[in-house]
Amino acid sequence: MLRLSKLNKYYKVGTHSLHVLRDVDLEIAEGEMVAIMGASGSGKSTLLNILGILDDYDSGEYWLGDTLIKDLSEKKSANYRNRFLGFVFQSFNLLPFKTAMENVALPLYYQGMSRRRRNQEAMRYLERVGLADWADHTPAEMSGGQKQRVAIARALIGKPRMILADEPTGALDSATSAQIMDLMAEINQSGITVLIVTHDAEVAARTPRTIRIHDGKIVNASAPEPKPTQSEAA
Amino acid sequence: MIEAKQIKPRKRWLARIGLTLAILLVGLLVLASLPGGLSGSGGGFLPLALFTVLALCGALLWLVGGLVGADTPPEERTGFAIRGELGPLYAEVKPSAVIGILQIFGLVFVSMFQIDRWGEVFDTIRRNKLRTVLTCVSVAWGIYVMVVLLGMGQGLNNGIRKSFKKDSANAVYINAAKTSIPFAGYNINRRITFNNRDYDAARKIPGIDHLGMQYFIHGGRFGGGEMKTTRGTKSNLFGVNAINSATYYLDTIDMVQGRFVNEDDVANKRKTCVIGEPVRDYLFGHNTNTDAGDGGVDDPMGEWIDVGGVPFQVVGVYHSDNEESARQVYIPVTTAQLAFNGADRIGMIMFDVKPGVSIEEEGQIKRQVIELLAASHQFSPDDKQAVHVFDTIEGFSHFQQFFSVISLFVIVIGLGTLAAGVVGVSNIMMIAVKERTKEIGVRKALGATPQSIIAMIVQEAVFLTSIAGLLGLSAGVVTLGAMAQFIHTDMIDNPSINISTGVAAAIGLVIAGALAGFVPAKSAARVNPIETLRDQ
Repeated sequence: MLRLSKLNKYYKVGTHSLHVLRDVDLEIAEGEMVAIMGASGSGKSTLLNILGILDDYDSGEYWLGDTLIKDLSEKKSANYRNRFLGFVFQSFNLLPFKTAMENVALPLYYQGMSRRRRNQEAMRYLERVGLADWADHTPAEMSGGQKQRVAIARALIGKPRMILADEPTGALDSATSAQIMDLMAEINQSGITVLIVTHDAEVAARTPRTIRIHDGKIVNASAPEPKPTQSEAA
Repeated sequence: MIEAKQIKPRKRWLARIGLTLAILLVGLLVLASLPGGLSGSGGGFLPLALFTVLALCGALLWLVGGLVGADTPPEERTGFAIRGELGPLYAEVKPSAVIGILQIFGLVFVSMFQIDRWGEVFDTIRRNKLRTVLTCVSVAWGIYVMVVLLGMGQGLNNGIRKSFKKDSANAVYINAAKTSIPFAGYNINRRITFNNRDYDAARKIPGIDHLGMQYFIHGGRFGGGEMKTTRGTKSNLFGVNAINSATYYLDTIDMVQGRFVNEDDVANKRKTCVIGEPVRDYLFGHNTNTDAGDGGVDDPMGEWIDVGGVPFQVVGVYHSDNEESARQVYIPVTTAQLAFNGADRIGMIMFDVKPGVSIEEEGQIKRQVIELLAASHQFSPDDKQAVHVFDTIEGFSHFQQFFSVISLFVIVIGLGTLAAGVVGVSNIMMIAVKERTKEIGVRKALGATPQSIIAMIVQEAVFLTSIAGLLGLSAGVVTLGAMAQFIHTDMIDNPSINISTGVAAAIGLVIAGALAGFVPAKSAARVNPIETLRDQ
């Protein structure tokens, strides 16, 4: 599904450069649910950005399925993000002036689907996260948990092969966090690979596999655990 | 809390139809308010017609194409329609030849009018009403100022041209006078008189368009002096001008009835005459103390009147705004020479030059005529007193230079104002992009390509500048119309901008809008999703 080999990333800070990721080797199999843990500044966000094709790396290789993700044009990386990946952020990042339904439908707009079809589709996914009644509400009218559900529906609507979540429960209370993690697990059950960046041990405890990163290096580079897989994404 | 309402499909159709009508209305308003409108002279009509037809086709096809395809899932569409697919919108039209061609326009248009795209644009505009209004005001003001300035410049130009037109716009008048330089053994103060041979000789000079001559019946008086003119019991003094057919062009005579003195009249020394309206009204009117007293006027055509004791037949009546120039009688120069003891003397030679002759060439032609006269009458060609030269071409060309400077000035000011407006739009879009960095980051994370981000921002900029510009254009044209209605001076006549300027301004606006949007759009496309989505 996903393979990193000898991946290096530097940030230029003034005159000298900061070595953020050091020879990262990582393999994640189809249908896995993985937590990436690390202190702030450990490089975990950078890793997530690279995995999300939001950022470039300096050396090494990143394979997503059969595709080498390297030196892509902006258009191509936008296309890959749209087709392969779904993002969930700590602060939800919903567009404030759009309704829940329009927010969920947005990735399909960029796939060129007609308004009626993508709105129908958006309704289906809102139903799936239990928010069909909130379709006409703007994010400002919703609770944090509801917003995160909308964001998850939006991440799912493009039928991605992998969900990348950056501290998805960071802004939520523990009860809501548990619900969101239930939802994540449910998504993973449907065959979609889920990658969660977190510093919350409770969240990490709910994933079968945890990868720890420290000073830009993977500390426990355990091999992917064999998993009773569903072969295809839902 | 503001609740964003989802527009129901039916309502969206109303919105679509409403927007079509609004765009058409604004377009037609602008076109109709342009002076000359549909009756515009030759050149202006074609682009106008093209513009209107295209706008109508586009609007129609947008409507029809939309109705058939836009929101209809593929499975619900009619079977035998041609389908063109442009992003999320579909346009499909029945395959008939005419509509097939129109479809091409339609597809181009539909892509411009994807309601989804507009949805994004309108969302932004709705969220930032103040910003939108300020942007629109700056652009509308720029266009308004430019249109009014250009129109006033044109009005001033028209006014001066019109007042020049009264004495022909480009004629040279050469009057015989007295010498002031001794020449060829002659003393000064010798009176010069031209004759018909001078006229015949001058005819051979190339570049002259109309060559005129005038015999001053009572000697040197410019205009010919007044003579007693009689019909029946009515008699009065009117100015009598012995001229040839060229005067019609040189003095731009405005005929209301019949014809002017022509070459046959001059060649055959006919006793024909052309009279001004006041002359006709006096001689042929039904005054209270004579005739019927009903205030009517007899038809003067073909009637004979007595000029200086000689009968002349009226062949035409002319109009003049100037009271003095209207109280004149024109008779053929040859007839006057014969009837009033003129022999072959003439007092003035006048001419204009062919269209396209430059000021320099005109000066040479003038010099040639003077040298010809000087040679035949033995005076120095450099003698400024021997012949008095009145040249409206020279004066006119000075005015033309003056006007090209004014026009340039007006254009520079107008473009400057417009540029300020466009920079304003660009600035505001830049701020908008800064405000929306997070939103743009999210869009990019969800799969928006840089192109789609650029398209979104540019479309907004184009929309704002176009609407604001059209409003400014309409307001400017309406202002000029009001000025034409209420300001009556000799200096300003019919202030207006022509259709091509209007269309050029409209096209220019769209381009300016695109430019204004492009720079901010580029920076929006460069937004790095990581920077914006990071929560710390």
